[in-house]
Amino acid sequence: MSKLADALNLGEFVITGEVGPPHGTDLSAMLASVERLAPYCHAINVTDNQGATLHVSSLAASRAVLDVGSEPILQQTCRDRNRLALQSDLLAASTLGLENVLIVTGDDPRCGDHPKAKGVFDIDSTQLLAVASGLNDGVDMNGTPIDGSTNLFIGAAAFPEAEPWDVARERALQKIAAGAVFFQTQAVMDVDVFTEHATELREAGAKVIAGVLLLKSPRVIRFINERLAGLMVPEAIARRIEDAVDPLEEAIVLATEQVESLRGAVDGVHIMPLGNDEAFVRVVEGAGLV
Amino acid sequence: MIITKPRDWARIRANLESISARRVFLVGCGQCATVAKTGGERELIEAAARLEEDGYAVTGWAVGEVACHLGGTKLEARKRVGEIEAADALVVLSCGAGVQTVADSVDKPVFPGLESAFLGNVIRAGIFEERCQTCGECVLDLSAGICPVTTCPKGLLNGPCGGMWDGKCEVLADRECTHVRIRRRLAKQGRPVPGAVPPKDYSAKLKPGALDLREKARGHA
Repeated sequence: MSKLADALNLGEFVITGEVGPPHGTDLSAMLASVERLAPYCHAINVTDNQGATLHVSSLAASRAVLDVGSEPILQQTCRDRNRLALQSDLLAASTLGLENVLIVTGDDPRCGDHPKAKGVFDIDSTQLLAVASGLNDGVDMNGTPIDGSTNLFIGAAAFPEAEPWDVARERALQKIAAGAVFFQTQAVMDVDVFTEHATELREAGAKVIAGVLLLKSPRVIRFINERLAGLMVPEAIARRIEDAVDPLEEAIVLATEQVESLRGAVDGVHIMPLGNDEAFVRVVEGAGLV
Repeated sequence: MIITKPRDWARIRANLESISARRVFLVGCGQCATVAKTGGERELIEAAARLEEDGYAVTGWAVGEVACHLGGTKLEARKRVGEIEAADALVVLSCGAGVQTVADSVDKPVFPGLESAFLGNVIRAGIFEERCQTCGECVLDLSAGICPVTTCPKGLLNGPCGGMWDGKCEVLADRECTHVRIRRRLAKQGRPVPGAVPPKDYSAKLKPGALDLREKARGHA
């Protein structure tokens, strides 16, 4: 049974981390990161060709995380595989002992390192959530019974601060109806707005794990604001980091404050330290979550 | 209409050089490529001049009514049989459908002179946008007359994706998100928001598409 599911069902405030599989076959850096984060996490997300750039598959890398004794959250995007391959990989996940899956649309290939690739998007994330639910119930997406069902703990992405919220909310509710049990969200910027909207999703029956991003430098903030659509760092937060004597220290303080404010308001936090695992540990410890 | 764009001139020259062609007959299209200003009379005259500058002889050129119509193109080829016979190759300034029709109509090497881009709406003269993928399974009834298959860069039936910000598209950040537009138009018209749209049936668009109305009339379909 998924420890993440157990903890969420027991009402524990969960912590999830994230690792990216390598661009190549050397898993050592990823596993070193797993080793550093695991003592503080209920589960660790393993990204799926993150940023539409080539990496080891989340399936293989998730199994590697499991093999070192940690609990992975397999990520599955709809970008690189059609409905046959997606179902095949979800079945494979179960045979490999993987239980948690986060189902997302995926960045467009033109944003990544293979901009000439064909984006598949045969089915979208809502549809794939329904497919995963079906596999748990013992049927493939044609409704044909399968020999041995999956036991997936199914999650989806949500963006509680998205505007217009009425459209984003409706989409998130649609994902719950399709089978999403938990959400992992885009990074929190305005805790009050975030909490208000996340509460709506929790009232609809989903667990909400809030994304907390370590805004570790002015360069990272510029990158987010200029390159990543769907996430804008507000002026006040940007200035706070930019004006700090030590931006990294300030970012750790900010992330710690966010985690403290979110505790009690949502079901957990997903901390994204952008490669700085020591900062991850300091945020968790600083927020008193150890 | 089919929107076409000019093809890299070096590729056209390389195609001609690959068979040591020196004499060229040019074919355009009186429909789409004329409207797209890529394969009408004016563009053929320009292409002929450019070929001559590059040392080729142009034996003639023709803009038929519509290049992709097999009967019409064969008729056009018969009218120009002397000029076509005198050529080593034909270069066709039309979409790929027209190029293939010409290739089926003459017994000479035929090369594409344009790149076929998309099935486009004419927004204003010279401004074209893709609105339909000819997917064979229309969802416009569910989406307030705005096609998500085409105008969402990811082609999501259910959206928006997580990249939507301030109502804008993640991939094409200067555009309004298709799914926000759909919701807004449905609301404005007082129409209910449909539930999750099920996966698309891509078998409705298997290649190669074919339709025979005569067969239907004979009662075979």
